[in-house]
Amino acid sequence: MERRPRSFYILAAFFALFILFLYGPTITIAILSFQGPQGGLTFPMQGTSLHWFRDLFQEQAVGDIWGSFRRSFVLGLMVMVTTVVVSVMGGLAFRKRFAGSAVLFYLIITALVIPSILVSLGVGLIFGQAGLKVHWASSGFGAQLTWTLPFGLLIMFAVFNRFDKSFEEAARDQGASAWQTIRHVVLPIIAPSLIGVALFGFTLSYDEFARTLLTAGSYNTLPLEIFGMTTNVTTPVIFALGTLTTAFSLVVIGAFLLTVWLMGRRRARQGSDAGKGMV
Amino acid sequence: MTAETDTPTASSAAPAARVGRRLPAAMVAWLQAAPLALVLGAFLVLPIIMIVIVSFWGATEYSIYPAFQFDNYQFLFGSPVTYKVFFNTFKYALITWAATLLIGFTVAYFLAFHVRSLTWQVALFLLCTIPFWTSNIIRMISWIPFLGRNGIANSTLISWGVIDEPLEWLLFSDFSVILAFVHLYTLFMVVPIFNTMMRIDRSLIEASYDAGATGWQTLWHVIVPLTKPGIMIGTIFVITLVMGDFITVRFMSGSQSANVGRLISNDIGLLQYPSAAATAVVLLITVLLVIGILLRFVNIRKEL
Repeated sequence: MERRPRSFYILAAFFALFILFLYGPTITIAILSFQGPQGGLTFPMQGTSLHWFRDLFQEQAVGDIWGSFRRSFVLGLMVMVTTVVVSVMGGLAFRKRFAGSAVLFYLIITALVIPSILVSLGVGLIFGQAGLKVHWASSGFGAQLTWTLPFGLLIMFAVFNRFDKSFEEAARDQGASAWQTIRHVVLPIIAPSLIGVALFGFTLSYDEFARTLLTAGSYNTLPLEIFGMTTNVTTPVIFALGTLTTAFSLVVIGAFLLTVWLMGRRRARQGSDAGKGMV
Repeated sequence: MTAETDTPTASSAAPAARVGRRLPAAMVAWLQAAPLALVLGAFLVLPIIMIVIVSFWGATEYSIYPAFQFDNYQFLFGSPVTYKVFFNTFKYALITWAATLLIGFTVAYFLAFHVRSLTWQVALFLLCTIPFWTSNIIRMISWIPFLGRNGIANSTLISWGVIDEPLEWLLFSDFSVILAFVHLYTLFMVVPIFNTMMRIDRSLIEASYDAGATGWQTLWHVIVPLTKPGIMIGTIFVITLVMGDFITVRFMSGSQSANVGRLISNDIGLLQYPSAAATAVVLLITVLLVIGILLRFVNIRKEL
């Protein structure tokens, strides 16, 4: 291997600083959440304890954390499943030419670039004027889909742009029906990307704030609850909550990545060429 | 999802008996696109229409009533605050854009051209993207112990003797707002730029060196032009996210600075929905204009 140029070391140092910049603050609040009972929001640590985590489990102390966590979790799953199904169908549709596809494409881009608060405000107004009650599982669910679906579809576009059509043609030549082709050829080939779509669907929903702000109704999701805390909680209990929910996010991300990795290994072991239908 | 359609060439190969039972291609495509169209219609198009309608309505202190009046727009364009706030919004967007572009390009360049094994590239790339899947609000909160009056930055600078008194402008200022934007959104630059860079044909770079170009010349005349689509996509993300934001500005400025998003959310807080809707319409038009200009430089569908 040729010797690395000096620029490599400069750029590597820059990259390391960037990673520190990305993760440093989160690591800091993770440390500070173990602050002793007398400690404040900044260093120095007044001893270490689990005091603030214990506080979280006493519900009356900090509002309805666990209820909001449950709602966010359920909503995340709902958004995840819907995002995967709708994105795959939309991705398949966009492989063909159909009237209105250009309009639909620009709608997807609009959903991506529109300021979140507009979705929140508009959906809230519609429900309000229609006399419907806003609820996280109805209006909140729909509002979040306008954020997760564009990501799902962009991934599907990227996937199908690289999709080797000869696999499908081979299946058809052997007499597979259209549904069989999708079920046994297309879906297995794109499966790892679908895990990616699911990851986007769940985490973007789980962390979404602006689009749920006016559409969640009287029961808060977790990000809304956390934001409410920032205005009236001045103890490290908010760091403890931040640490816990970040840890939860990391577990979820880890689980998704592990699934992709295991899938790849299983394929390699079985000598299947299923994942190689990409060009 | 009922049936996959045939491309013209493939249908001739399919058994003749089958062809008759298949739905026409356009019909299948419409059925497959229907759920997407429904969701976007109900939760994107209708809300936008609703906002436009309500922007002409009137409001009392506790309710809104249908009307067709231009009062909201007149008030909006007649107030000097509006122009200041729009200027602020552009200021945040521009500074954040420049910072995220510089950092994002450098990081992507390092990953794409200096990291040699694909495994390491993927691993380091993931390291850059993981924060995207965690909570923005938590990531904002986590700056407090850093930037606060008695925070890490101030105490470090004091212990080094650089300053005698804590700097007041670290937290709850324009500085902290932009810092948070850069922190939150740089990966929106890294991902598309890295994606485009990975698709650059390496022989072009070799050719450039063979033709006697220096490293800088290769970077500026070969890599940067070829990376333009990625830069454009990253730019669209960063600009729209910053222009539409209201929560970062509110939280990181300690409610001392304003952008258009905050103007809207303040009106909402006062139940002045028609006025919020009018501001929202103007913001939407502004954002779409900016995106329209940027889209002239890149064909998004080709770049995915």
